Amino acid sequence: MPTIYVDDQALEVAQGENILEACLNAGLDLPYFCWHPAMGSIGSCRQCAVVQYQNEEDTKGRIVMGCMTPVTEGARFSLNTDNASKFREAVVESLMLNHPHDCPVCGEGGECHLQDMTVMVGHRDRRYTGKKNTHRNQYLGPLIHHEMNRCITCYRCERYYRDYAGGNDLAAQASHDHVYFGRHEEGVLQSEFSGNLVEVCPTGVFTDKPFLKHYSRKWDLQSAPSICSGCAVGCNIAPAERYGKLKRVHNRYNHEVNGYFLCDRGRFGSGYINSDSRLDYAGIKKPDGSFMAVHQQQAIDTAVEWVKNKKVAGIGSPRGSIEANYLLRELVGAANFVPGFSDREAGILKAIVRILKTTTAINPSIKQMETADAILILGEDVTNTAPRVALGLRQAVRNKAFELAAQMGLPQWQDAAVRNLAQDQRSPMIIVSATDTRLDDVASQCISLSPDDIAAFGYGVAEALSGRKSQDEMVNQVAAVLAGANNPLVISGASMLHEGIVNSAVAVAEQLHSCDKPSMLSLCVAESNSLGLALLVDDPNSDANMSIANLTKQASDFDVVIVLENSLERRGLSEQIDSLYKANTKVISMDILENTTLANSDLVLPAASYAESQGTVVNSEGRAQRYFPVYQPSTERLPSWQWLLKLAVGCEHGGLANLEYFDQVVAACANSQAAFGRLVDVAPMRDYRNQGLKVPRQTHRYSGRTAMHAGVSVHEPQQPQDSQSPLTFSMEGLNRESPAALMPYVWSPGWNSNQSLQKFQAEVDGPLKGGTAGVHLISSDASGAVEPAVPITPTLKPHHWRLVPVHQVHGSDEMSVNTDEIAQLAGRAFIAVGAKLAEKLGVTEGDGLIVAPHNTELSLQVKILSRVAKNCVGFSAGYLETLDLQPGDLVTLSKDEAWVQPTSTVIATDRGPAHV
Amino acid sequence: MEKVLTRNIGADLKPTDLKAYEANGGYRGLRKALAGLSPKDCQDVISASNLRGRGGAGFPTGMKWSFVPMDDRCTPGHKYLVCNADEMEPGAFKDRLLMECDPHQLIEGMILSAYTIGADISYIFIRGEYVAAIQRLRDALAECYNAGYLGDNILGSTFSLNMYVHPSAGRYICGEETALINALEGKRANPRAKPPFPQVSGLWGRPTIVNNVETLCNISHIIDRGADWFNTLGVGEDSGTKMFGVSGRVNNPGCWELPMGTPIREIIEHHAGGMQQGLQLKGFLPGGGSTDFLTDKHLDLAMDYNVIGKAGSRMGTGTIIILDDQTCPVGMVLNLIRFFAHESCGFCTPCRDGLPWSRQVLEDIESGRGHAEDLDTLAYQVGYIGTIGNTHCALAPGAMEPLQSALKYFRDDFERHIYGGCCPYNTARRA
Amino acid sequence: MNDAQMIHTDLDSVLSAEELTAIDRELSHVPYKSGAAIDALKIVQAKRGWISDQSLQAIAKYLEMSAEELEGIATFYNLIYRRPVGKKVILFCDSVSCWICGCDGIKQKITDVLGINYGETTEDKEYSLIPVPCLGACDKAPVMMVGDDLVTHLDDAKIDELFTDKAKYSGGNT
Ligand SMILES: Cc1cc2nc3c(=O)[nH]c(=O)nc-3n(C[C@H](O)[C@H](O)[C@H](O)COP(=O)(O)O)c2cc1C
Ligand code: SF4
Ligand code: FES
Repeated sequence: MPTIYVDDQALEVAQGENILEACLNAGLDLPYFCWHPAMGSIGSCRQCAVVQYQNEEDTKGRIVMGCMTPVTEGARFSLNTDNASKFREAVVESLMLNHPHDCPVCGEGGECHLQDMTVMVGHRDRRYTGKKNTHRNQYLGPLIHHEMNRCITCYRCERYYRDYAGGNDLAAQASHDHVYFGRHEEGVLQSEFSGNLVEVCPTGVFTDKPFLKHYSRKWDLQSAPSICSGCAVGCNIAPAERYGKLKRVHNRYNHEVNGYFLCDRGRFGSGYINSDSRLDYAGIKKPDGSFMAVHQQQAIDTAVEWVKNKKVAGIGSPRGSIEANYLLRELVGAANFVPGFSDREAGILKAIVRILKTTTAINPSIKQMETADAILILGEDVTNTAPRVALGLRQAVRNKAFELAAQMGLPQWQDAAVRNLAQDQRSPMIIVSATDTRLDDVASQCISLSPDDIAAFGYGVAEALSGRKSQDEMVNQVAAVLAGANNPLVISGASMLHEGIVNSAVAVAEQLHSCDKPSMLSLCVAESNSLGLALLVDDPNSDANMSIANLTKQASDFDVVIVLENSLERRGLSEQIDSLYKANTKVISMDILENTTLANSDLVLPAASYAESQGTVVNSEGRAQRYFPVYQPSTERLPSWQWLLKLAVGCEHGGLANLEYFDQVVAACANSQAAFGRLVDVAPMRDYRNQGLKVPRQTHRYSGRTAMHAGVSVHEPQQPQDSQSPLTFSMEGLNRESPAALMPYVWSPGWNSNQSLQKFQAEVDGPLKGGTAGVHLISSDASGAVEPAVPITPTLKPHHWRLVPVHQVHGSDEMSVNTDEIAQLAGRAFIAVGAKLAEKLGVTEGDGLIVAPHNTELSLQVKILSRVAKNCVGFSAGYLETLDLQPGDLVTLSKDEAWVQPTSTVIATDRGPAHV
Repeated sequence: MEKVLTRNIGADLKPTDLKAYEANGGYRGLRKALAGLSPKDCQDVISASNLRGRGGAGFPTGMKWSFVPMDDRCTPGHKYLVCNADEMEPGAFKDRLLMECDPHQLIEGMILSAYTIGADISYIFIRGEYVAAIQRLRDALAECYNAGYLGDNILGSTFSLNMYVHPSAGRYICGEETALINALEGKRANPRAKPPFPQVSGLWGRPTIVNNVETLCNISHIIDRGADWFNTLGVGEDSGTKMFGVSGRVNNPGCWELPMGTPIREIIEHHAGGMQQGLQLKGFLPGGGSTDFLTDKHLDLAMDYNVIGKAGSRMGTGTIIILDDQTCPVGMVLNLIRFFAHESCGFCTPCRDGLPWSRQVLEDIESGRGHAEDLDTLAYQVGYIGTIGNTHCALAPGAMEPLQSALKYFRDDFERHIYGGCCPYNTARRA
Repeated sequence: MNDAQMIHTDLDSVLSAEELTAIDRELSHVPYKSGAAIDALKIVQAKRGWISDQSLQAIAKYLEMSAEELEGIATFYNLIYRRPVGKKVILFCDSVSCWICGCDGIKQKITDVLGINYGETTEDKEYSLIPVPCLGACDKAPVMMVGDDLVTHLDDAKIDELFTDKAKYSGGNT
């Protein structure tokens, strides 16, 4: 560890870091713009200037950029000398020449990095008297608002969007003081990760467009630590509320999981929480089929009356919390509980749980995946099924570049230099999939195969690794690439609903392991708590089928079925589900938004969304993470776990009736099952205090609390109390140095922007001082999980194509698509074909195709993909229109002559008349 | 004096073709090297010759080349030699002449340089406006390929080299060697951070040498006739001859090959014929638009890198721009700053936003709207923008050189503008 | 289909066979297609005078880069024109030596004669006037380029000769 001297103070610093990092690590406030902990240095803004001295005698020194200067033993620097601080002030002064004069009223104010730095360098009076440059703003789609005049040309947006996230439709244009960051023409930003621009831009050039519609200041937002419910990656988020509305979602740093970045589904896909189609009241079905709204207590009473002492079954929810699912299972008894998966999901999840418990491979976090030096992806379009993982993989393929850089003694943070050195050289990433994927652009090889063949390919690679060469040269090549790696990573998952693919991935990973590689195996699953739920019903001693079909078959054996947050139609078994509704069984269901299951229920209970409730979910890495309510649900809504607990209490349920607090439910669940033993460690319990204080959800500058509701009533309402968690619904409390799982927002004196995060990190880009949130529930006994390949003889029928699901980050997910902006981006359901097949069928993009045979003939819009496996055809997975299409089915295709091509798929309703 | 670089250049300025070039000893240096000198031998000769880069900074060429990893130090792959023929520095007009009139001299120098550093691909990065030079270089390249001077196994040796002319799409910053490399890669020409230096990671991430046209034109002569001969050519500290030029209102503006160390007075008064009638010399930029003003006090200095450096300026390109006593120094500096502000690549803050600020202050002063504080502001900007290391590359410090020295030598002119409320000169509308 | 894809329809037919051959020649010595971006822009501009949106999109597609990336390059360089120009572009040197030698007056003369300012094109689409940094012919100042020809030692008479009395003018005099 070298020692450097900053303003004569000796600092022990880490080998290989730069002066800016070293200063920030030492808690010194050194301003910067273009540097970003995840993206390294380029030295363009010149803000992080310090003076470097040759030696102790040198009193003059010279200015160097902190972010571009590596630490070396004994090196001497000054931050505070006049030279350095005057220069830094000059930099801000020049950035301000063209910057708009609206600082006090600018929307970014209060969380603007530029504003913070301006104050930090002490720049106050302008000397420039010339005209300011102005720019035109562009329409960039429904998610991102563009305000170019605020730009300070730090290049962070372009570097994030292009270099880090792989987007190619945002670039620096023009030059000198006219540099412009935008698109070639107006239009929707194409990256699935565009939303991070909002947090990456140090001013307000790229801002959260939906947020602008109901804008509040950062300091007026109430936030809570939460977990994204968009998919099973489990990114940590900080949703924020005011006036009872969810205003926006920001990233919440988790060193192992999402780091600094979210995907757009996660950031923008929660708008449905404010939707008008949410249930306000509980309802009891009237004979005419409509619902009668009833109050909470009445609903509970009715439910109790129906359930008490009756034969009751429960259908759980992969998007519900562990706690809610646990309560439902206890309430109805384990034998009468099914987790709410479809047949195939159930089979695959069961397999995945088995694999994770026994595999010899490492089940990596995203951070670990970023260390991979060779990647094999079997059957997943990761960007669309586990988006944040894909962003990690884009970093992993850069390991080749870092390796080359290391050979030259070039530190990783020398971002531009490392990129120039490596150019397009990347670590190998081989993608074997049925259709093109959004990582193809950085893959070393893309192989298009049908699902069965993907599995066969995987097994072939495993065989080749064990020394038995395949007939297929491609298989041997891939095996050789993996064998040559030090940190190979195999990725697969449930998205194709094909167990063979998952098993073949295990075979590869474990074969690599037996070749003495610390191989990693990551399996993507669909929903935020799929894995938690699978764990809940995991019983190695029973062979019971976990699927809904199991239950619906015997629906009439039960008096009541309780459905927890599950729209059963999406499980793809319409006939069986119908039989449940038709049976003489009462259905009680609770959910967040209206859906067909609710419509077919006899009693519906309005459930709180994730932002209004507390719970634990288990991500695909097996990491259990807790979310806390950001605000209290409106009066008649309740978190599902509370509905269920009230019901249990009403029914005088033996085990549950004496529970009152969430923590008690957690403890009960932890006690009930070894797998959940650590559930109590996921986050501090309700009695946690930080120096005697709870953790505040509101900032210490939260304004207007006493007047917020004055428009409704001049009586000041009592501040809601949170008896369930260690957080308060107020600004009272302490938000520093608390455990990672309890970090609702970041703020630090002088650092109002999200860059204050570095004050919460133990070291720059390292874990939080409060640790890393989440607890691993699954540890493997490493006994080995390989299953022998099941020989498959694919049925080929002439003029038939095999259906394969195509997932869309915007569209395939049940909840987020109920957000207006996401719905716009999701577009229509589609049938996806390769260019050759399209030609054969006489269709082009936007035409219609009839998909048959099928119970009802289905017409779908054609989408043309760049690659589709032979004899396969893709369909938009998770879209309501295609819910009945089953992966693997054989269908015929014919042109729908009556199809009317929609004029525009992008409904740019928010496009104002002028963008000047 | 013996003509070296211009020995094939006649008064008619017609290009020398291959035959004529060979007839006058052309490609003798190349034959000599390929027949009996190893790359290391060539490297040693160039180092011993004390040749300094003619692109402006005067960096010793042999030393620059020595950083290129050779053989076992180098991972397998291409190495590149790039000729910097961007010549966009205001007031510089020497490379144009060398390329238009004797393209083979440059090409032979490049082949030898490539041989020395082990490059197998070379580019002539030339500014797009040099239409004639581009054509003549292309013609000459074709002749070379025909004659076996380029391509595979040059002159039967194991050495192979391809050479391409790459006309630029126009930006002064492309002359900065790392920006030039980005431009060659088809990118925006922002300069790169150094280290790593292009010698180890340049074009496409591979070892690359960038040298100025005139530097490269010297190579074949040095290889052919030896370092000692070259060391005798200069009359001052530095070795070799140099293309010197004079522009501005002198009687005989032009460009001449003269020994290194030729006194400035001789260049201006003898070769350029002195000031036009009725004009006095007020000052001059010794080596192009990014060098500091010198004045008549400095006329007896020798044009040597260190001598000019000690006088507070730089030899730069060696092309002198004359400021006469009837041309407004503020206007002249404004003209230069306007150029630099426009040619800033826009990458780093002091240059991108600082130069337009200087431009605005100078515009105010020049048009009589200046204030007394403006001189402080300008001085402040000189320190802020003009200090090496404050900016990402040397464009901005270069841009500040004329301003900083004008504030020193012509302060009264600035003051006359400010206190008189108008420009005391009548430079505009004059032809 | 989204906006970005919509603009890409039929781009394959925009570039001529001749242009494609010339671009291919450049591609032969660059390791990545995007490496020929500037050459390709210049090739297409040589034929068409300027780079239209459609040309830009077609080149981007051919080089497998996005229109944004190519736009970033096209707008960086002085000699790539993203707006239509006249048949001949007058690159008028306004740098220091020419300025000392009175180029401001010559510029005014051109404006008087042709009726165009910097950035403008004559009504008959013959000439566009664009300032250019030092043309490297300072000893012959003031100078300018008209199309590919360098015109030196400019004075009012020469401007008249060039633009009003074309018969008298016989090409560049480098
Ligand atoms: C802004 C800027 C512009 C430059 N323009 C040129 C140029 O046009 N021609 C040139 O040879 N060198 C130019 N240089 C210098 C080059 O960066 C580089 O030092 C030179 O090409 C090296 O060649 P040499 O060692 O043969 O002198 C420029 C430097 C800067 C900072
Ligand atoms: S000094 Fe000017 S030209 Fe050089 S990198 Fe900075 S902005 Fe670009
Ligand atoms: S943060 Fe160091 S130069 Fe921008």
